[in-house]
Amino acid sequence: MRNSRVKVNGLFFVLISVFFYSGLSAEEPLIPNPEDTTKICIPRPPTNVLATDAVYDKGNVVNLNWVPSPDDNGDGKILQYQILRRLENDSVFALIDSVIAGTAFYKDETVESGQTYQYMVVAICDGGSGPSEPSPPVTPDMEWLNFALSNIFVIGLLICGSVIYFIGKAKSGRPLFIRKIAGLEAVDEAIGRATEMGRPILYVPGIQDMDDVQTIAGLTILGRVARVVADYDTKIKVPVSRSLVMTASRETLKAAYMAAGRPDAFNENMAQYITDEQFGYVAAVDGMIIRERPATTFFLGAFFAESLILAETGNSIGAIQIGGTANPAQLPFFVAACDFTLIGEELFAASAYLSGEPRQLGSLKGQDVGKALAMIAIVLGAITTTIGQAWNFEFISAIADLLNSLFRTN
Amino acid sequence: MRRQVPLIITFFIGALLVISVFIPPMVSLKETFTLYFDIIAVFAFFLGGGNLLRVHLGKLYGKKQDWGFSLVTVAGFAMMLIVGLFKIGNPGGIAASITAEGSLFQKLFEYIMVPLGSTMYALLAFFVASASYRAFRAKNREATILLIGAFIILLGRTPFGMMLTSWIPEQLSILQIPNLAIWIMNGPNLAGQRAIMIGIGLGVVSMSIRILLGIERSYLGEDK
Amino acid sequence: MTGWIPRIIAISGSDIGIIISLVVIGGGLAWLLKQSIKAGDVDRRIVFLFIFISVSVPILFPITFSETATPIVKKLYDRIENLPEGSAVLISFDFDPAMAPEVQPMADAFARHCLAKNHKVIFMSLWATGQSLLSTTLQNVVRPEFPEKIEGVDFANLGYKAGNEGVLNVIVTNFRKMFPTDVNSIPLDSIAVFKKIRSCQDLDLIISIGGGKPGAKEWILFVGDPANVPMGCGVAAVTAPQLYPYYPKQLLGILGGIKGAAEYESELVRHYDRFADVKKPGLRMMGPQTLAHVVIMAFIVLGNISYFVTRRRGKKP
Repeated sequence: MRNSRVKVNGLFFVLISVFFYSGLSAEEPLIPNPEDTTKICIPRPPTNVLATDAVYDKGNVVNLNWVPSPDDNGDGKILQYQILRRLENDSVFALIDSVIAGTAFYKDETVESGQTYQYMVVAICDGGSGPSEPSPPVTPDMEWLNFALSNIFVIGLLICGSVIYFIGKAKSGRPLFIRKIAGLEAVDEAIGRATEMGRPILYVPGIQDMDDVQTIAGLTILGRVARVVADYDTKIKVPVSRSLVMTASRETLKAAYMAAGRPDAFNENMAQYITDEQFGYVAAVDGMIIRERPATTFFLGAFFAESLILAETGNSIGAIQIGGTANPAQLPFFVAACDFTLIGEELFAASAYLSGEPRQLGSLKGQDVGKALAMIAIVLGAITTTIGQAWNFEFISAIADLLNSLFRTN
Repeated sequence: MRRQVPLIITFFIGALLVISVFIPPMVSLKETFTLYFDIIAVFAFFLGGGNLLRVHLGKLYGKKQDWGFSLVTVAGFAMMLIVGLFKIGNPGGIAASITAEGSLFQKLFEYIMVPLGSTMYALLAFFVASASYRAFRAKNREATILLIGAFIILLGRTPFGMMLTSWIPEQLSILQIPNLAIWIMNGPNLAGQRAIMIGIGLGVVSMSIRILLGIERSYLGEDK
Repeated sequence: MTGWIPRIIAISGSDIGIIISLVVIGGGLAWLLKQSIKAGDVDRRIVFLFIFISVSVPILFPITFSETATPIVKKLYDRIENLPEGSAVLISFDFDPAMAPEVQPMADAFARHCLAKNHKVIFMSLWATGQSLLSTTLQNVVRPEFPEKIEGVDFANLGYKAGNEGVLNVIVTNFRKMFPTDVNSIPLDSIAVFKKIRSCQDLDLIISIGGGKPGAKEWILFVGDPANVPMGCGVAAVTAPQLYPYYPKQLLGILGGIKGAAEYESELVRHYDRFADVKKPGLRMMGPQTLAHVVIMAFIVLGNISYFVTRRRGKKP
């Protein structure tokens, strides 16, 4: 497949070269029409055409830079630049693309690693053209490691390493202090209340699909909640807005009921697909809240504008509500309308917290190392930038720049 | 074994995708796996659609409580599906775009879906009011600061904000309510949001490691 | 002192209707104030009723306010204004019908501005429901107001593509891989707009309009930042605070909610006479929004009065 494409491309280039140099091109004739002497225009060519291999790629990109034609001064004389390319062993250049006047850069993403190429840039005006000198040859290479991301790699390694370290440390049995999260402390009480009142529990794992980590967090908490629900023999309803989430919710519920020794109490319809459409889903869940009057509602996952509509409807029937999301814009709504709110990272910590398992709790401790790093970097960055700019200390500014580059992603 | 296979797949693919970020020849793996997910999600539609029909047809058949809602759901589902699938009333026929101007699908969308969706969204205006009435009370120092902030933002988003404070001289223009509202959004609010975002980022890393290492498996239904 | 009212408010329609309604709202609030002093929480249905009146009255009897663009809106306006003619601008309709009343006015305003400046506009959507709303903009704005603009030459409609961030992951390096054809099944190679555009890196500006996910944030993370393409966005008011961290570096400007739309529309009207008579839903909806804000503030005050009265009574022996 790859070879055939190369052959087709090769044939295409040869045809284009023949077409271009034979002067048959109707659009851009290189040789001006002698009868149309008023339109003759021979632009001065671009200079210093330099082709360089793009770094940290798979060898499929060459960057081309040139100094524009002196005639390219924005008066519309130069219409465009044509980019021509040839393999080292070929005799003719083939047209590969064209760019608008005023441009001095081109990114060729159609090269192959290991081949040697030469480029020419042709300035085109109405009726004439000015070709540059060929660029020095360039051979694009593939790099196996992207060192430009080494800062991300080091920071990632530090954070991941500390998480894994604390997981290992927790396994050794050393007790870890984890602060209390009120919303999660209330889970048992909330489920107990529903049991006492004989009313169902409504669990909404957000409105996003399984490729959103918030949905996964929502489902992991569902696993813990469902286990308690199964123990108490309370009814639970999980309306979802994505088909895959429905399947995953069912599996989670089923396993929780089995772990509780109540497989008979599990019913597939506990997790029910509603619709992908955001507000259609909200209308259906609001209807459920009003009709079935659940005693407890959980809104844990990815939420958007529907957060307040759901939470206020739950509030209007007097349900105990636990909300949580990693969408900062929706947090105020949950805080206003829910009894307990899991703020951002607490949503991801919830499952580990509820499990009480040392290894999971250890991962939360590892997270704190990342936070300490972030805090140190923020304070240092703020101080060095302020001092560097206010008193013009070059050394301090250099430290600020270094910190800045450490956390830059591109 | 039933749990181990998914865990091995999760670990292998997860680790591969993390590593691929740093290895240029493997960068496109991310795209490829995203496409795989989309393909799976498309097939999953049949599961969702099937479940919807099964639940609501069951309610209709048994004339269970609130079966009228199920009737509306099934009728809406069938209508949009048939009109969209067979492109009924489409001026360009079966080959034209489903949303071609004048098509029945587009009309149903424009005259039924759009107003219904907007109506649901508009409920926010009512709920924001009732939630604000309940939540913004000067119960303590923090709540009072929040209350004052909310007042400034609300006023700053209306032309009255400028009307009330336009007399403030240019040198002190930061004290004009709209500018004060922008400062609150760009300063204290932004600082808070960034702190929450950093926490979220770290939370995601920690949770991802737990999932990749198979320590967190309740999403697969494993309790212990 | 009296001159400032006519300067910023232009009341049209039945003034008597507005006055009566304002008296009803004002009288009602005064009665509620009395109730609050007596220490009684207001029923939520009364709050709903007041919001209903405050929103519906300015719709029935339009009140319009003059707007001035704040810097965050002006910067985006200026970027579109100052791009050279023929620049490639992508407008992505990442929203659904529910959000449409709030953000479609922005989409319409951007489309108007770009086409008036003779930019090449590419329309697309990451939301399935966005495609129909895109058609609405083409039908209501582009075709009637710019009959001289030819589809394929002056603008292109790529329609919707499933895959959320996956789509962005691909088009950041290659449009044709994700969109081999436009919405009308015409190959991208045959569309003049795409003659020089291979990937998002060839665009001069990207504007994402929406408020959910995928939206402006995903555009920044997957396209704007990695490909270094200037970006702007128009989002629902509730989402705007989430995007402030990206302004002004990753986002040139942000239009937040109806206020943002109204500010952009007012800038357009100020600079282009041709848009003086077109519909300006953003400006029109500022009336209901302003009155609703005032009512909400009144209820916050009432809530606090009620709270303090209750607390004081609770302290009495």
